[in-house]
Order: sequence, then C-alpha cells, then structure tokens
Amino acid sequence: MRNAKLLVRALRDPASIGDWDWAGLVSAARAEQLIGSLAFRMAGRPVPRRVAEIFEAARFDAGQTRTQALWEAEMARRALAPLGVPVILMKGTAFHAAGLAASVGRSVGDLDIMVPRPSLDDVEAALLEAGWEHVKDSQGYDDSYYRRWMHELPPLIHRSRDRMIDVHHTILPLTARPRPNAQAMIDASVELENGLRILCPADIVIHAAAHLFADGDLAGGLRNLWDIDRLLREFDSPGFRQSLAERARLHQLRPAVARALRLSERLYGTPVDRSLAGRSSLADRLFEARLIARNGWGQERRKLLRFAFYLRGHWLRMPPLMLARHLWVKARSGA
Amino acid sequence: MRHRLDIQIGPVAFRIGSAWKEPLDALARLYEPYPAPRDGLSDFTVRLEPEKPWRRFIRPSVAIKGDYVLPDAVPMALAHGLLAAEMGMNLQMALGQKRYLLLHASSAEKDGRAIIMTGESGAGKSTLAALLGERGWRLMGDEFALLDMDSGRLLPFPRAVSLKNGAIRVMEAEVEADRFGPRLEGTPKGDIRHMRPNGEALDRMGEGATPALILFPRFGEAQAIRAVGAAEVFMRLTQASTNYVNLGGRGFDALNRLIAANPALAIDYPDTDTAVGLVEDFWRELAA
Amino acid sequence: MAGPRYVADPEDLVRVVELDGLSALFHEPSGMTHIVAAPAPQILDMLRAAPADAAELLRRLRACYDFEGDEAAESIHARLEELETAGLVRRA
Repeated sequence: MRNAKLLVRALRDPASIGDWDWAGLVSAARAEQLIGSLAFRMAGRPVPRRVAEIFEAARFDAGQTRTQALWEAEMARRALAPLGVPVILMKGTAFHAAGLAASVGRSVGDLDIMVPRPSLDDVEAALLEAGWEHVKDSQGYDDSYYRRWMHELPPLIHRSRDRMIDVHHTILPLTARPRPNAQAMIDASVELENGLRILCPADIVIHAAAHLFADGDLAGGLRNLWDIDRLLREFDSPGFRQSLAERARLHQLRPAVARALRLSERLYGTPVDRSLAGRSSLADRLFEARLIARNGWGQERRKLLRFAFYLRGHWLRMPPLMLARHLWVKARSGA
Repeated sequence: MRHRLDIQIGPVAFRIGSAWKEPLDALARLYEPYPAPRDGLSDFTVRLEPEKPWRRFIRPSVAIKGDYVLPDAVPMALAHGLLAAEMGMNLQMALGQKRYLLLHASSAEKDGRAIIMTGESGAGKSTLAALLGERGWRLMGDEFALLDMDSGRLLPFPRAVSLKNGAIRVMEAEVEADRFGPRLEGTPKGDIRHMRPNGEALDRMGEGATPALILFPRFGEAQAIRAVGAAEVFMRLTQASTNYVNLGGRGFDALNRLIAANPALAIDYPDTDTAVGLVEDFWRELAA
Repeated sequence: MAGPRYVADPEDLVRVVELDGLSALFHEPSGMTHIVAAPAPQILDMLRAAPADAAELLRRLRACYDFEGDEAAESIHARLEELETAGLVRRA
C-alpha cells in the first residue's frame, strides 16, 4: 500500500471488501487513529479470522475509550458546576456525550472544553483545586505567549488519573486571521441532560473544519475528515444547510468549511451543499495527496508536501513577524 | 521497508520491517524454528528505522517504530539492532494488546497447569522460568503472560528469553550453544544474550494452560516462603499489567477469578536451583 | 457548621470483591478499579442509601459500627475527600 487510499475506501465502502492488504490496512488505520472507526464499519464483514479478532478487540477498546472520555467530562462537570458558567464539550468527547454517529469507534485523547473568556481564571482555579496540575514547567516565554495569544489555557493534567484537559475560550488562536465569534458559539450551544453543553450542529462542523485546516498541518486529517463526513450525513437537512452556510460566514470560516465539504465529498463521497462547497480546485488535489500520505507500513510519506503543510499551519496561526520571533526564541532556547 | 521478517509467537503474529539487513538476519537466526504466521497476516507491525535519513549510514542509529510507539524513545546503535527488534515487539504488546489481559510475568506449565511468576525487573522471574523449562517443565514465556479473560486460560508467549548479566552464565551452563543469540554488550540494560526456548516450548506454543499457582520470586535473599494475601496479589498483579486499566469490568472479573482460584506464594532464594526445588516441593503438595 | 452533602452511586454501578481485609471496587461509570479499606466501603453503603454530610455520616456509622475516638471525625473528612477525588462520591 503506497498510500492510504485503501483505508479511505474501506471506511467509505466496507461492502467492497476484496483481497485486501490487511496488514497494511490495519497499520495505516492505527497510524491515522482510525482503527476503532474502521473496526465498526467492518463489523460482520467476511474478513480473515485474525483480522476479525483485531477488529473485535478494537471495538472493545473503543468502548473503554468512550467510558473514559465521558468520565473525564463528568469529573470536569463536578469541578466546574459550582461556578455556574457554560461548559461546552468539544471534539471527540462531545460526539460521545451526544451519541453522534461520529462517535462510533472514535478515539479520544484529551478532554477539550470551551468556556467564556472572562471565566478562564475561575475555571483554571477550580480545576487546580480539583486535582488538575499544569503540564510542563513552561518557560516564561511560552507560558505568557500561550495565555496571551492562544485560544486555550496551557494544558492541565489530572494528578491521579493522568488525563489531560484543554480549556478553550475560542476555537482558533487569536493570532490567526479568521476570527470566529466565540460568544455566538456559546449562545447557540445545546444543553445535555447532565448540564454540560455541546456546540450547535453547524458550529460542530465549522469547528471540525477549522481544526482540520487552520489549526495544524493536516496531521490526523483523515480522521478529522471522517468526523466531518459522519457529522454532515447525520445533520443533513435544508435547515442545517442554511445554518451551516450562515454560521460559516459569521465565523469567517466559509473557505475552510467549503474546502472541508469538497474534500469530504472527494474522499468519502459525502453528499454536500454545492452552493457552499463550490467546485473542486487544483489545491484540493494537494490537500488530498497530503491527507492520504501514509503507506501500508504506517509511515508518513511525501516529506516535502508534509513540510509545506507544516509551514502553512504555522503561517496561518501566526502573522509572519510573530512567527519569525517565535522561531528565533525557540531556536535560542534550544527547543 | 527494505527488509521484512514475519514471526509468530504464541497467538501473536508480528510483521517486522527494517531499513538494515543485519538486525533481521540476527532475528531470523534466533527465531529460525518458529513458524511463520499461517495466514500470512500479522497482529502488530514493528519498524526499525533511521531517526533521520542520513542516520541509515552515518553513525547508524535505530529508532524503534511501529503501530504503537513511545514518543521519547532513545534510538539504539545498529550493533544492538536485535535488541531493538525485541523491544519493538515488547512495545506493541505493552501498548497495543487489547484482547488478552497482559501480565508482565514469566510462566511455565506442567500437566496442563501453569505457574505465573511476577516481580520487579531483576527479581529473577525470567531466569527461574527458563530454568524450569530445562527441568521438565514447558516454558510458556519469560516476559509476558496472556490471560484469556473469558476462559481464564493462560496463553503462551514463548519469545526468545532475554537474559541479563549473571543469568547469562546460569543458562549457558545448561543449554546448548546453538540456542543462543549473540552476546550484546554495553546495552542500556547491561550485557544481554537471547536464548531460544527448547523444541517442546515452540512445538506447543499454540497450547494454553490452566493457571494453578501465582508466585512472587525474589532472587538474592536467604530462602523463605510466605503465603501472599489476596489484596496484595490483586495490587501486585494490576501493577504488573500494562493494559489492565483499559479492560474495564472484564479485566476486573478475570483477575478476581484468577486470584480466587489459585494460591499465591512469595519465595526468596539465594540461587535459582534452590528456587526450582522450592517450586517442585510446593507443586507436589498442590497435586496431593 | 454543616459541610457539603455527599452521595454515592447505586449498587448496580459498583462491583465489590472482598480480598483479605481490603475491598476491590470496580466503578462502572469511570471504568476504574479502586482498592479501599474500612471505613470506605461502609461510607459508600451509607451514602448510597441516602445523601449525608460528614456529621450525619459519622452519626450513622457510630450507630451501625464500632466507630470510636476523636480521630473518627477527622478521618471521615479525609476519607470523604479521597472518595470524592476518586469519583466514588460526589456532592449531592
């Protein structure tokens, strides 16, 4: 397997099973954090026995992941409830909490939450009180940089459970060009049974699109895009399409959302709103190539392409002068 | 990847890729009598790669990669490539094994029943199991024991035994030379030599056993035996398992069934022969 | 001064196995295992039946168990804190 096309195909069309490179498929899926999703998509399909056992174990493990993710959310809820501020779950944990199709087999790393910016200090204090601690001994520069410009607190880790929490106040760094409207996201958020909240459907998709492009170098992109495919299919309706288009414009993320739709359609065959997605561009091909740059040994391929996207990720997060200064200070500190 | 070797160890099949020929040649020699995975498929993939492209040739250094990786792992010298391959396989088991409850323990079987031996590194569990394997027992594994959570059976993982420092001499005295790998000196863990389990252990690597005894051996002390209480056994076994915390209620139930059904002993011993004697004595009592 | 009231999860969410002198608990909502010593299991039983603050808890424990001494009150607070950190009890 030269690239991850087989993985994409297996997710998109599990019925098309053939004499597949199973070891390659499993290694690529593991490398892309998609083994759980793949295992559920392939449930009940006629795969070789060893592969069936791998998938069964992956499904079991995904169940444990779900339990642990929801538990982290619950412990955060207990710590923050007395503050009376809206606590909005994001990413994988949100999918699990709301039982979305995107949660099926979804791996979860850290707990991501969003809270109103003015409440950040209180939220941080409450979490520290409840057993979370700062992760690394951040240098003076990194910590103050972080707090001033990033969209989140420096990460916290729970001292006994050893799990991380990322507290966001908006979805993109303040240095990035699009300025999403965090207050609008909070206002439109939806309350769950236990009092925690999630973003409204359109904002969930918009966040996923922003996260896919503007927040990085497309590493883990196949999984993010799979999220987007699952979300779009579940939410699709005329009302949703209208909301998505309106809110994408509101959050200044229309181009990112449009590209996310085009790539999801291109790779996973997602039905999309043509008027929002627009037509395929040449750049889409580069994005696709970057997304599938993983071979059957689980290695990342296409180094130059990846480096170009890595630079792009930094560029998007930081205006040029700041980037130069940041890289210079990092180089001086030997980081 | 330039070079490839597939190995089956117990129920687990590994696909090992390498940028260099030497580590896989050494691995292939050590694992020569092991079966290749029957179905041509693998459970885990290990990769031995240069950290940077030029490190394939210039001061070659082997980064251990694969399906599951340790982000801060220090690369190893090419001369220790065989050790890197072993560590790569260990890593896949430690981080990626989700089907069986993984115990960091050695095990040996007689008459269909197995001893599980666990303790700190250097406490002697590997050497004790290896020696039992030469004294009428079947060696099931020196590093990992796999507990099937549904059946309660113990499954073998008879990889090549990793002997360190003093243990090398002990086994060299008992076992024919062609079952050993090269002596690796100056590794992060001292001197290491790998020893292949005997023919019986390999022939029967598909055969599990019913656990019958849990042992906590401690090498280098005056001879002593004591029974170990269930709570202590529970705590020590969960500490000895890398995947227990992710196995939920299934792991909890399986571990409790294991503990409820089997006696647990801590034995201290000045030398391995004494330990073997203690084990045989207790085993006879158990059978009676 | 009444402190916070605590409550524990219902029986069907916690598996308990007695091991010589200690209890191993499997807590389903968290997927975590805890090993606890008396009076933790007794505290959990009490708080499962009905929420209580530390003072009320102490009264109930004294009524049912041999729970003496001045350290008893202090140890209740410490145990409750530990159980709360572990997620086995929460504020009602």
